[in-house]
Formats: sequence, structure tokens, C-alpha cells
Amino acid sequence: MKQIRADFKIQLESFSLDAAFNAPAVGVTALFGPSGSGKTTLLRCIAGLERAEGSLQVNGETWQDKSIFLPTHRRPLGYVFQEASLFTHLSVRANLEYGLKRTPLTERKVPLEQVVEWLGLSQLIGRGDPAKLSGGERQRIAIGRALLTSPRILLMDEPLSALDISSRQEILPYLERLHRELNIPVLYVSHAMGEVARLADHLVLLEKGRVIASGKLAEVLARLDLPIAHFDDAGAVIEAAVAQHDEKYHLTRLDFPGGSVWVGKLAQSFGIRIRVRVLARDVSIATQRPQGSSISNILAARILEICDEGSDKVLVKMAIGEFELLSRITRRSRDLLELKAGMAVFAQLKSVALMA
Amino acid sequence: MHTFAPDDLQAVWLTLKLAATSTCLLLLIATPLAWWLAYSNKWYKGMLAAVVALPLVIPPTVLGFYLLLLMGPHGVVGELTTYLRLGRLPFTFAGLVAGSVLFSMPFAVQPIQNAFEAIGRRPLEVAATLRAGGWDRFLSVALPLARPGFLTAIILAFAHTVGEFGVVLMLGGNIGGETRVLSVAIYNHVEAMEYEAAHWLAGGMVLFSFIVLLALYLAGGKLWKGVR
Repeated sequence: MKQIRADFKIQLESFSLDAAFNAPAVGVTALFGPSGSGKTTLLRCIAGLERAEGSLQVNGETWQDKSIFLPTHRRPLGYVFQEASLFTHLSVRANLEYGLKRTPLTERKVPLEQVVEWLGLSQLIGRGDPAKLSGGERQRIAIGRALLTSPRILLMDEPLSALDISSRQEILPYLERLHRELNIPVLYVSHAMGEVARLADHLVLLEKGRVIASGKLAEVLARLDLPIAHFDDAGAVIEAAVAQHDEKYHLTRLDFPGGSVWVGKLAQSFGIRIRVRVLARDVSIATQRPQGSSISNILAARILEICDEGSDKVLVKMAIGEFELLSRITRRSRDLLELKAGMAVFAQLKSVALMA
Repeated sequence: MHTFAPDDLQAVWLTLKLAATSTCLLLLIATPLAWWLAYSNKWYKGMLAAVVALPLVIPPTVLGFYLLLLMGPHGVVGELTTYLRLGRLPFTFAGLVAGSVLFSMPFAVQPIQNAFEAIGRRPLEVAATLRAGGWDRFLSVALPLARPGFLTAIILAFAHTVGEFGVVLMLGGNIGGETRVLSVAIYNHVEAMEYEAAHWLAGGMVLFSFIVLLALYLAGGKLWKGVR
């Protein structure tokens, strides 16, 4: 059974966690929530670093239940902490090889050269003192060190949050590459929606130590009953593919089931999958196809649901083919246009953010 | 050129033997104790820490007095050692070792405990996620990272035992070759107005201590930071 099933209860000094979720054992599952929601504690329970009550199965193997508690070092997992936490008494290479040496030969699936290539470590591996590396470089070594144990699941606890913006930008492409190349599931703790929208396939939402929603990223992001839909940067995610390059205007067309959008010209070739994010505040609604508009991305949509937000705004959920889109408009516009569920409308996308 | 009397040489040798034995035993006892004090959350941790630190504040003669009573024929420890056919500890080298270990305990425990606390739990957790079991984590992570603490503990415990007087006098008396250590020998010379012999021993001790410390500090530049 290719699934991760977790159910934990733990009472810590100032905080209690009572969280259960199932996640597919492929792709990236984000544990998302505000700080203090228990994401890190949940991850530590999964790693066995906290001794919680409950149960955990990974791909059908029981790591924990009423009678079993595998200690951390017997759980075939990789863990990337918020700070790189490299061993200061070991060289860069010895750090990388620490876990590799402790992994039985028969279980080693990830060769050192592969990890060096994935994470761009060839310039770093010969360096002595890990303290002399930059924050981003240290975190890449830490990720490589975890991968070299050939884990069956990779746990990442806000691996970017301790880094400055430029180091983050440096590391994100590597994480995306791992996302494409690794065939092990990743649990990724984050409180940054941008990172989650970019990396995750599946989303587990936490609040005050409880799981309040869990499901496919695009579906959870478009649910109006959840707090994230009402964040300022709320928005929908669409998986599209490169369909056409326009040399004259320097644009690229991305197609998805139900429509297509034009974006600035991309280097990726035809057919490559691209994830785009459309923020609710960047989507406006028209009842007829707008004429003479400078906005080029206008999509035929159908209203699914409208929900009040504050005293002046409403959030509109629309379907475009298989995908769902959110739009934040004023309550006045809703009444003027007489918008209601089931109506056919046109969504105008002021901007489309590329996620890869 | 002054030559040391055989008795004095014996005292020097005995002192070094006592300090070396005590330091080795201290490392064996203080390491797990320091580990527990650094990482435990038990309510009685503070109490144990206070007991370990007690020799820092009570006079050596007081400690020696109670140890003498405890190890004597009517003491709990004395009855135990008699029952185990080990004989009694007071006025023996083993008794001195027992006294020194207790007396120097805080000097060994505290630097090691501080070093473990400075490392924190994180490196050990990281090692656990990299498949290292308990002993492996201790040997491959905690021990090398705590090296400066161990070095300090060794120096302090050794030096403190070499210089001990009160506990030895109360517990070991003045038996040549068995319990007459350097500090007692110096005291004897002074009592007998043999100032020259006292000078040679006392001065030798100052010089020895200085050389040991200097060597450790010089070689330690690398050691204290930890070798990569």
C-alpha cells in the first residue's frame, strides 16, 4: 500500500498535538500552517524524535503503533532540519558520508556521484571546514547527507526559512530538481505559501495542533471554507504544458485541460509541464467576453461558489475545465453583475506567476 | 646538587599514581553523570547536581572526617567492604583513591557537563536521523564535540588530586609508601624544620604543574578547538 498513514497525540509543555493524516507515498506533501500549529512537532513525531502516542505506517510498514516504537536510527528516513546542522568536527566530505557509512550496502540506492550532481556539490565536497560555507551551501550539503542514507521518505523542516532571500533562490531549483528526479515521498514543513505552491503536490493543513484539511494541492487551495483561501496571497494552482512559442512577441502559450494562458517567453521546450499560480486578487470577472481589453488571458469559466469575505469583498470560485480558479472582487461588483453560482462568466487574469 | 631522599621520591611517585588513578576513575564516573545532568529533565536533577558540587564548598577536613566515619569499622561502607572481604579503606591507598574521587568530582563533572550542554540535542538528533545508534552517537558526535570539556576535566581533576591535603590527612594518615603523598611529605619536612627538603619538593611541584599546564595550552591550541 503506497501510502503514509500518520496519527499522533502528544502533550508538550505549552501545546498539544492531535493530528492524523494520510498522504500518497509519491511526490511532495506539504505540512502547512501558521507558526505554533504543530507542523514541526508532527514531523518530529514521524521521525521518532518525539515519543508520541499513536501510529505510523509508511508504504505498509509499521514504524509505530501501540506495541512498536522504532527508534529514529532504525527508521529509514532522511531529515533536513531548519538549520543545516552540519557536524562542525567533520569535513564536508565526512559530513556527507556520515549516514552513507551507516547504511547497509544492500540498502544503498543513491550513489554519492548522483547526489553530488543533483545538488551541485562538486565544488564543495573537497572543502574542509563546513563553517566556511555559505548558508545555502551548508543546507545543500545537509540535504545531500540525508539523501545518501537512501531514505524511503524525506522529511524537510522549513529547509529554506533560516536562509536569506538569495540563498533561497539558489536552493529552490535544486529542490525542484529533486522533486522531479527522486521517487521517494517528501514531507515538507513550511509556513510560506509561495514555497508550498511551487513544490507541493499534496497539502496537509494544520491549525492549533489539529489537521483541518488534507488533499491535492489545487483542490485544498481552492476550498473557500479554509482560512488559506482568505489570505492576501490566496490563489489557485494550475498544471499546464508548454504548447507554443511566439517569436514575434516573445511569448509562450501554456495549455491545460479547459484553456490556455500566455506568459513571457520560456526556455522550456514543447510539452514540458509548468505549474502556474494565479492569485485571487489578480483575477477579475466579466459577464461578457471583454472587447478591447489589454489583458490577453481571458478564460471562459463557470461560477461554482461565492463566499463573503470581510464587509466589502467576496471570494468567487470558478471552474475552468478541470481546474478551479479563485477571484477576489468587491461585494458591490458581485451585486452589479448579479453573479451567482452556476453562471457562465469570463475570468480575466491580470498576471500569472510561473512556479517552475 | 640536591638529591631527593628515597622517602621523598616515594611520595612523589605515590602522588602521581594517586592522581592518575583518580583521574581515570573520575572520567569513567563523571562522563555518564555529566551526560545525565546535561540531558535529563527529571525533577531530582537539581538535587544530584548540588550533591556533586558539594566538595566545592565544604572544607576538605569535613569531607575527610565523614568519609573516615563511613569507611571505618562502624560505617556503612566499612561494614560493606569488610563483608566483601576487602578489608577497611582508611589508611590504605584504595581509601585515598576513594576520597580523591569524591573530592575532585565537581572538577571533572562540571566541564564535561558544560561541554555536553553546549553541544545541545541537535547534533545527536541529526546523527540519529543518519542511522547512528546510541553508542555510535556518543562516540562519533558527542565525544569529539565535547573534547575541550574533557581536556579541562582531566587537567583540573589531576591537578586537584596532586594538591590535596585535608582529605588525605584525615583519611590516609602518614604511612610511607602507602598514603604519604607529596603534600603530607612537605608538611612533615616543615614540621621537622627541614626547609631545604621542603623547598625542593614544593618548588618541584610548582615547576611540574607549570610545565604540564604550559604543554597542554601550547599543544592545546589545536586540541581545544578540536582537530579536523
